[in-house]
Amino acid sequence: MATVAAVIASTHHPFYLKASTATGADRPPFADEWQAKIEAFRETLTRAEPDVLVMVGSDHFHQLWLDNMPQFLVGKAPYFDANWYNEEREFGLPRMTLAGQEDLSSHILRNGLDMDFDLAFSNELRIDHSITCPIITLRPQADLPIVPIYTNIFAPPLPQPKRFVQLGKAIRELVESWPSDQRVAIIGTGHLSLELGGPRQFGEHGPDPDFDRKAVEWIANGDVEGCLGEVSLDSLHLPGNATHGFMDFMLMMGVAGDGVKADYTDSLDLFHTMEAYFTWYPEGSGLDRRSEPEGAL
Amino acid sequence: MSKYLLDKFLYTVDRDPALVERYREDPAGTVAWWEAEMANLILNSHSDEKSTWLAFEDDERRALVEQDHVTLFGMGAHPFLTLTLFIAMFERDHGPLEYQIAYGRALEHLTLPYPDIST
Repeated sequence: MATVAAVIASTHHPFYLKASTATGADRPPFADEWQAKIEAFRETLTRAEPDVLVMVGSDHFHQLWLDNMPQFLVGKAPYFDANWYNEEREFGLPRMTLAGQEDLSSHILRNGLDMDFDLAFSNELRIDHSITCPIITLRPQADLPIVPIYTNIFAPPLPQPKRFVQLGKAIRELVESWPSDQRVAIIGTGHLSLELGGPRQFGEHGPDPDFDRKAVEWIANGDVEGCLGEVSLDSLHLPGNATHGFMDFMLMMGVAGDGVKADYTDSLDLFHTMEAYFTWYPEGSGLDRRSEPEGAL
Repeated sequence: MSKYLLDKFLYTVDRDPALVERYREDPAGTVAWWEAEMANLILNSHSDEKSTWLAFEDDERRALVEQDHVTLFGMGAHPFLTLTLFIAMFERDHGPLEYQIAYGRALEHLTLPYPDIST
């Protein structure tokens, strides 16, 4: 059976590539610290020596739209084109092509349906920055096949938070039951408090630092029960109108396991959002698998 | 209210570089053309298939013509769509983050609960 080599959860700030590659007067004052944190975070994936990446993210009305909106969707294709013109326009993200792992996609779809998750599928999914940002930050050589899983955190009505946790637990079981000797890293990105298109957007910090502090504690401690006790679809409007993306962090808490503390936790209070990075090693600390760090972008 | 149609306008324009420029330069003409030719187009379908019933209400049409993001927010248009399209059209006229910060300030009089964005 396949091995879960690492479970990784992070934010997916689309400005990282531009900030980290800027030079001279164009380089923002926070870029050096941000880049150092990302490179340390990248090492947590490198040392796990993965063969395949299962990647959880959320489409931002690029390929998925209100005329036919799935709640949870698995990509099954030999290749996935990535990034969209408006992401080049706003964030300078490059066009990319990532290989798929169709056998694992099929396994997740068949057995996920049999576990009562009504998963949609796509044979031609163009992915966006929720999945390419962790490639850029964690695996810039983009050399591993992926299984993309999209969640709807964007177009109400949304699934309940507990459903995200349940799906995370199921994804962990599905990967572990995949008849393969491959090492799989499960990576998901979401948000802490975030406002987009509303009065609290683009402040000096995220719109709700108190929520961010609590959220980081929940995730770092694997406190699924405490998190589910305080979070609801209604309450997630309070820390910012885009904070429902936090449910993808909750999904990753489901993957990591109830009560399982993260082996690696870091955060960065950046303009208009709190960045946060978490890694779990289901096999142990992962330190015995250390390999040479990859170069920066 | 035709929230879905408002969102469909913002979505289809934001996806097309030529339409972004056309809407920036000629908002009234673009909205009129879009409503006549595009509003009922079924996206990702056979090219001649169209719906028969989608149309803006007067205040929605006016808000789009006036590129009035405060009114669009109040109508429950999806704020991500409005923001990204308007950044594409107007950020170029401002300094770094200046447009985004002013955009938020124009909405400062609004408090929770924000308008429902369900379609």
